[in-house]
Amino acid sequence: MDKRVTFKSLWLAGALIAPQMLLVFVFFYWPASQAFYWAFTTQPPFGGVNEWVGLQNFREIFADRVYWNSVQVSVLFAVASTTLSIVMSLVLAVAVDRQLTGYRTYRFVLFWPYAIAAPAVGLAFRFIFAPQAGFMAALNDAFPGLWNPAVNGGHAMALIVFANSWKMVAYNFIFFLAGLQSIPRSLLEAAAMDGSSVVRRVFDIQLPLLAPTFFFLLVINITETFVDSFGIVDITTGGGPARATDLMVFKIYSDGFKALDYSMAAAQSIVLMTLVVCLTFIQFRFVERKIHYK
Amino acid sequence: MADIVIRNVRKSYGKTEVVHGVDLTFEAASFVVILGPSGCGKSTLLRMIAGLEEISSGEIAIAGRVVNKLEPRERGCAMVFQNYALYPHMSVAENIGYALKVAGVPKAERRARVEATATTVGLGDYLDRKPAQLSGGQRQRVAMARAIVREPKVFLFDEPLSNLDAKLRVQMRHEIRRLHQRLGTTSVFVTHDQIEAMTLADTLVVMNQGRVEQVGRPSEVYARPRTLFVAGFIGSPPMNTVPARITAPGVATTAAGWTIEFEAADFRAPFGTDVLVGIRPEHVRIVAHGGHDLPVEFTEEIGTGRLHHGHLAGVPFVVHEEAGPGEARPARLSVQLPASHVHLFDPETGLRLDAAPTGTATRALSAA
Ligand SMILES: Nc1ncnc2c1ncn2[C@@H]1O[C@H](COP(=O)(O)OP(=O)(O)O)[C@@H](O)[C@H]1O
Ligand SMILES: [Mg+2]
Repeated sequence: MDKRVTFKSLWLAGALIAPQMLLVFVFFYWPASQAFYWAFTTQPPFGGVNEWVGLQNFREIFADRVYWNSVQVSVLFAVASTTLSIVMSLVLAVAVDRQLTGYRTYRFVLFWPYAIAAPAVGLAFRFIFAPQAGFMAALNDAFPGLWNPAVNGGHAMALIVFANSWKMVAYNFIFFLAGLQSIPRSLLEAAAMDGSSVVRRVFDIQLPLLAPTFFFLLVINITETFVDSFGIVDITTGGGPARATDLMVFKIYSDGFKALDYSMAAAQSIVLMTLVVCLTFIQFRFVERKIHYK
Repeated sequence: MADIVIRNVRKSYGKTEVVHGVDLTFEAASFVVILGPSGCGKSTLLRMIAGLEEISSGEIAIAGRVVNKLEPRERGCAMVFQNYALYPHMSVAENIGYALKVAGVPKAERRARVEATATTVGLGDYLDRKPAQLSGGQRQRVAMARAIVREPKVFLFDEPLSNLDAKLRVQMRHEIRRLHQRLGTTSVFVTHDQIEAMTLADTLVVMNQGRVEQVGRPSEVYARPRTLFVAGFIGSPPMNTVPARITAPGVATTAAGWTIEFEAADFRAPFGTDVLVGIRPEHVRIVAHGGHDLPVEFTEEIGTGRLHHGHLAGVPFVVHEEAGPGEARPARLSVQLPASHVHLFDPETGLRLDAAPTGTATRALSAA
C-alpha cells in the first residue's frame, strides 16, 4: 500500500516544505556552520578578524585534563541513567502488559514525565532532593550526612541520574509496551503450555523478541544523555561539586557563555556532534532492522 | 493414558456467557473431535482444558484429577495452535526442545529426544533453521514435534490444519491419525471442517452457540442427527428438511401433497402434528416414473455425480445423483424418499422426534 501523496507541481511541494526547511536551516545548519567556523579559528586577544588555526583548538581540548574529566562524567552518566531508565521502564511495561490491576491508569500516567521539559524536571528534583528541606531532609535528620549533593560528587551524580532516568522511563515505557503488545499472545501461551513460568517467559520469550526495541532505546537514551541533559544539570548541580557533574554538554555551555571562550566551546561542540552522528549512524545501520514474528 | 471429564462447565467473559454448561466424558486413549461453526465456543472449551482460560463454573478433571486451579504446566497437556505459535527467535531444535529445557532434562538426553522426534515428523534435516525459513507445512510439523516430544498425557489441537493448502491438509490429517494410532495419547481436536472431523474422530462432539448438540461416533452422528442443526451441519450438501404434517401412521404429507413414508416405530409423531421431514440428498432415489415430480432449477456437476437443485413445499431441495448415464440437465425428476432414510424433527425445538430419547446430547440439551 502506497499512501504517499505525489505532487505534480514542484512549486507547491517546495512551498509546503519551505517553513520546515527554514526552521532546520536557522536552528541547525546555521549554528552548526558557525560552530565549525569558531572551532577552526581563534579570536585575537585584542579583537579583530578571527585567525585560522587548524586543529589547534582540538589539540588543546584533548590535552586538557578537565575536558577528559567531563568525558568521563558524561560516560558514567550515560551508562548509569540509560541502565536505570531501561530497566525501570521494562519492569513497568511487563507489569502493564500483564494487565495487573490498574494498568489502564499507569499506561496513561506513565507517559507524562516525558512531556516535561528538562529544566522543569531538574527543578522538581532539586526540591525533592534538597538536603535541607523536602523528602531527603527527613532522612538526613535520621542519618546525618546521608545525602548532600551540594558537597558530595557521588550524590550529585546520583541526583542527575535519577532526574534524567525518571524522564526517560516514560519514553522507554511506551516503546517497550508497544513492543510487548506486538508479541502474539499465542507465543506466551505456547510457552506456558511448555511449562515455562511467568518470569521465565519474560526472559526466554519476551525479552529476546524485544531485542530490536531494546537496541533502539539504548541508542536513543545514550544520545539523549549527551544532548538533552543540559537543563537538568543547569538547574540542579550547575556541573558541581568540583566538576563531578560537569557533563560535556554543560561544559560547552560554561566554557562558551560563562568563560566566553567560543573557540574552545565550538571545538567541543564538534566533538559532541561527531559522537551523536556516530550514534545516529549506528541507529540507522544496525538497529533499524525489522523483526518478523511469523 | 488419561481420560477427561467435563462437568457442567461454563465460561463467561464479563456478563456474556459463551459456553453454557457442557457435560462431556472423553475416554482415555480416544481421539475426540469437537466440531462446530466459528464462534461456537470450541476453542474456549479447549483452552479451558489446557488451562489458558479460567473456568467460570463447573469442573474439568484429567486422569481423575480436578485441574480447575492448576497452571497449564501442571496439567500434562500439550497443545498445537492454529497459527503454530513457534518461537521466532529459536531454531527448530530449540523450539522442539524448549519444554524439555524448562523441565530441566539434561542436555545430552534433550538432544537425543529432539532429534528422534524431529526425525519421526520428517524434520531431521531442518534442526538448525529458524521458523521463518520453513514452509507452512514444515512449521506445522515443528508445532507437532514440540507437542510430541514432551510425551504428554493429552494432546490438544486448535484447528491446526486450517492454515494449510488442501493437499497438505489431507496429508497432515493422515499423519495425525497415524500418530494417534502409534502413541495412543488421548487427543482433543477442534475444527470447523466436517470432513476433518468425520475422518479423524473416534468420538465426535458437535457444538453450536456454546452448547453441545450431539456426541457420538461419526457414523452415528451422520445416521441419526439429534437436532436440525446437526442434520444441517454434517453432510455435504446438507440434509433437506421439508415441512409436513402427520396424516396417517408412518405417513407425513407436505403442503404440495407429497406423501412421505417413514419408519413409524422409530419416531414419536402422533397424528396431526407438524414436523420437518429430513432426507439427505444422497438418499433421495431417482426413478424412471411413479415417484414424486420435482422440477429442476439447475444442476451442478461434482465429479462423483450431479446435484439437482429444486424447491419443494417452498424450501430448497437437493438431489444427489450418482455418476451414471442419467440426463446431464433434466428439466424435472421423478423422485422417491425411501422410508428407512427419512428423519423427523420437531419444527419448534429442532429436536429429532425419536421414539425413545436417549444419549448424552439429549441430557446436555435439556440441561441447557
Ligand atoms: N477474550 C474474549 N473476550 C470476550 N469474548 C470472547 C473472548 N474470546 C472468545 N470470545 C467469544 O466467545 C465465543 C466463542 O469463541 P471461540 O471459543 O473462540 O469460538 P470458536 O468456536 O470459533 O473457536 C465467541 O463469540 C467469541 O466472540
Ligand atoms: Mg477457534
